[in-house]
Amino acid sequence: MVKKFGGFTANHNLNFEVYKGEVFGFLGANGAGKTTAMRILCGLSVPTSGEINVAGYNVYTHAEKIKQNIGYMSQKFSLYEDLTVEENFRFFAGVYKVPPKEIKPRMEETLTNLELLNHRKKLIASLPLGWKQKLAFGVATFHNPGIVFLDEPTSGVDPVARRNFWEQIFKTAERGITVFVTTHYMDEAEYCHRVSIMDQGRIVALDTPQSLKDKYGVDTIFDLFIKIVRQ
Amino acid sequence: MIKAQQLTKKYGTTVALGNVSFQVDEGELFGFIGPDGAGKSTLFRLLTSLLLPSSGKVELFGLDTVKDYKKIREITGYMPGRFSLYPDLSVEENLDFFATVFGTSIQENYHIIHDVYSHIEPFKTRLAGKLSGGMKQKLALSCALIHNPRVLVLDEPTTGVDAVSRKEFWELLRSLKSKGITIIVSTPYMDEAGLCDRVALIHHGRLLTVDKPGAITSSYEKQILGIVADNTYKLLDSLRKYPDVLHAYAFGQQVHYTGRKASADLNNMRAYLGQCGHKDVQIMQIKAGIEDVFIDLVQDRQG
Amino acid sequence: MRTIFYIIQKEFKQIIRDKFIGKAIIAMPIVQMLILVYAATFEIKNVDLLIVDRDSSPASVDLSGNFFASRFFHVSVTDPGDKHIKEILDKGKADVVLIIPEGFEKSFHRNNKPALQLIIDAVNGSAGQLMLGYCSSIIMDFNKEIVIKEFGIAEKTAPAIDISSRFWFNPYLNYKIFMAPGILVILVTAIGWFMTGMNLVKEKENGTIEQLNVTPIKKYQFILGKLIPFLIIGLIDLAFGLILARIFFKVPFEGSIFTLFVFATIYLVAVLGIGLFISTVSNTQQQVLFVSFFFLMVFVIMSGLFTSVENMPEWGRAINHLNPLSYFSRVIRMVLLKGSGLNDIRNDILIITGFALATNLLAVWRYKKTI
Repeated sequence: MVKKFGGFTANHNLNFEVYKGEVFGFLGANGAGKTTAMRILCGLSVPTSGEINVAGYNVYTHAEKIKQNIGYMSQKFSLYEDLTVEENFRFFAGVYKVPPKEIKPRMEETLTNLELLNHRKKLIASLPLGWKQKLAFGVATFHNPGIVFLDEPTSGVDPVARRNFWEQIFKTAERGITVFVTTHYMDEAEYCHRVSIMDQGRIVALDTPQSLKDKYGVDTIFDLFIKIVRQ
Repeated sequence: MIKAQQLTKKYGTTVALGNVSFQVDEGELFGFIGPDGAGKSTLFRLLTSLLLPSSGKVELFGLDTVKDYKKIREITGYMPGRFSLYPDLSVEENLDFFATVFGTSIQENYHIIHDVYSHIEPFKTRLAGKLSGGMKQKLALSCALIHNPRVLVLDEPTTGVDAVSRKEFWELLRSLKSKGITIIVSTPYMDEAGLCDRVALIHHGRLLTVDKPGAITSSYEKQILGIVADNTYKLLDSLRKYPDVLHAYAFGQQVHYTGRKASADLNNMRAYLGQCGHKDVQIMQIKAGIEDVFIDLVQDRQG
Repeated sequence: MRTIFYIIQKEFKQIIRDKFIGKAIIAMPIVQMLILVYAATFEIKNVDLLIVDRDSSPASVDLSGNFFASRFFHVSVTDPGDKHIKEILDKGKADVVLIIPEGFEKSFHRNNKPALQLIIDAVNGSAGQLMLGYCSSIIMDFNKEIVIKEFGIAEKTAPAIDISSRFWFNPYLNYKIFMAPGILVILVTAIGWFMTGMNLVKEKENGTIEQLNVTPIKKYQFILGKLIPFLIIGLIDLAFGLILARIFFKVPFEGSIFTLFVFATIYLVAVLGIGLFISTVSNTQQQVLFVSFFFLMVFVIMSGLFTSVENMPEWGRAINHLNPLSYFSRVIRMVLLKGSGLNDIRNDILIITGFALATNLLAVWRYKKTI
């Protein structure tokens, strides 16, 4: 995958595969090109060159097919603040063409899972950040996509809510949904099945957290990150 | 010296900050650690006289934030949580603007900002909006420093910034501290607690504890077990069902387990996990980190 | 199709929930109709008239009397002398000065053409025109009476050709029934245009558009979903405004309301398309406001709502062919005041349909699901 903006190359020849049901950590410094790559995979941006398939569809020819088969949670919180929990679910379920009869039971199931069923009539604006993020995740996976992309989903979320969130990620992965996630919390990187580390538009490391730590002779992903990116 | 006494801020019936008291010594690097919505920003706005307290008071070097707000603004450098520079002005223009507002110039106080500003000076003609996250933070810090303040109040300067830039930023703070500037900083990243002289853990508008980070963790009395198995997620599930469990949370590839009893029966636990079908189980006793303490204190409060 | 329905449903919930917008939709028509129609009327009352009667004859007194009798004038009679007349006009002590020269009556008897001098403060051009009109009609009436009296021509034997003027469609020259539909046009246009424009760009500012752009939503579905709610609101406001116009200004409904709503629907689609197009090329609400304000201002002033399109220069009229407001302001008056039917406004319907297609296709084309 290559993406250039004028003379600036945001992504230099990225080569990677993400497997079905995997939790894939996409790490990198600010400005390393993570968001650009993620946007291409979600069909929000067109790559300059490269062969890219998402959920079995080609990004050039089947961008809209891809959109039906992915979920996305952007860095900026993006549910409608002036709608209730339930209304947000109904709206996005409708947009993703979830059969109307299935919406209600599935929404109840999802909200029960997120432990937020009792709050379904509340406006999103009135909820704490940790809940909002869980809900955004619930919405992003509601239409049973093949892959869900999460851009810094836990930024600023408290330690307990952050862990609750990751438990949801694992539950989702168990359902066979692939999770593609970026984060600045290096402890979260350790939860991932595999992580890649980007620096200046290139992927400089990609493996399981344990293998990477062994290879670079460090104890934590934090140390690994510092070691790789500072070079 | 900064002293807050029973500081409270209410918005209608919502208590954003309730009865907060603490003291920061001159030259100290003091951290407020807590998640979004804990009340950190409210507290910082009270400290910088941008908000009036509902009750209680804060003094900075003997100046009251309500009565002496004009003097307070001269001695404090404030970096708000949201990037609050002009994205359509260049790096240098931003800095120059803030220098002028405080009646000084870049030349006059260059020695103070030098350590920070030198990192971004090569890009001084670039628009502030085009800087990367780490560089924006450095520019914002330069702007907060330009009038040579006695106290720096930094609201979440490292949020959303990558681990490397965060590390560099903390190194800069250490060097500013060595020049005698008192620094009050907030962060949602618990791992940054160890970089402060003292920290206050804050949650739902209340201080959970205030102490040196080492003292907070070493005075933690409960036993924490770090447990590893082949499937972390399932392990977590099994541990939560263990009869003696108080709480269990994932920490990287480990699960941190806290039981009700002072010390757990490891053999019993191994047997239990074996029955649940976990392989490669390793259990080790570990020392608490700030995050363990935070979680425990929060759970305690929630009962 | 169902997707569009979900968007519409969501928009309505958000609009109703917005404390300000929800109220503004109802409050704006009331305020604009009730205040602006009164304020924007061209009717002139209480014209300060100074009569300088240098003849002091029965005829001049008669003429003055006619002015006294008119409800438009507030008359005073003195002779400040020629030097001061200009001063009086300058200071605004009088709007019109009528000078009846010495020998006015005599010239009738000698069968000469008697002369009168009218000096009108025409700083406000259209008011000046009107005052001249009022004065002229009074003088004409007087002239007729004199002819009958002086020459003893009995009314019965008066010339068979009697030129009398009648104002059609608005017989009493009631400006309110002319202005009310005009104000209504501005109102419906502004509400629809601004609300759609701001709404779409707000999704950009909040970042929710990114969430929509990763969904399989089709571009036309998105645009239609944004358009239909505001079309409905625009039509409701139009209905509401018409009711107010009927109750407060007795605006006649000569034509069919159905015809009016057919045209209004197509017109609103065109105008909302402009709002949508502007917001697809803008990034902030400020940009939308500024650009919209500029165009709306030009459109309103050129539309013939306040001034007559016929008085515009050739090029101005040419540009006006591209001004949707000029079509609607003409059609609403044609339908309400003249009773024109669908067939009479056929051309306008065709043209505005073209507009509607063009602006919305532009909006769909410019709305990008990628960055």
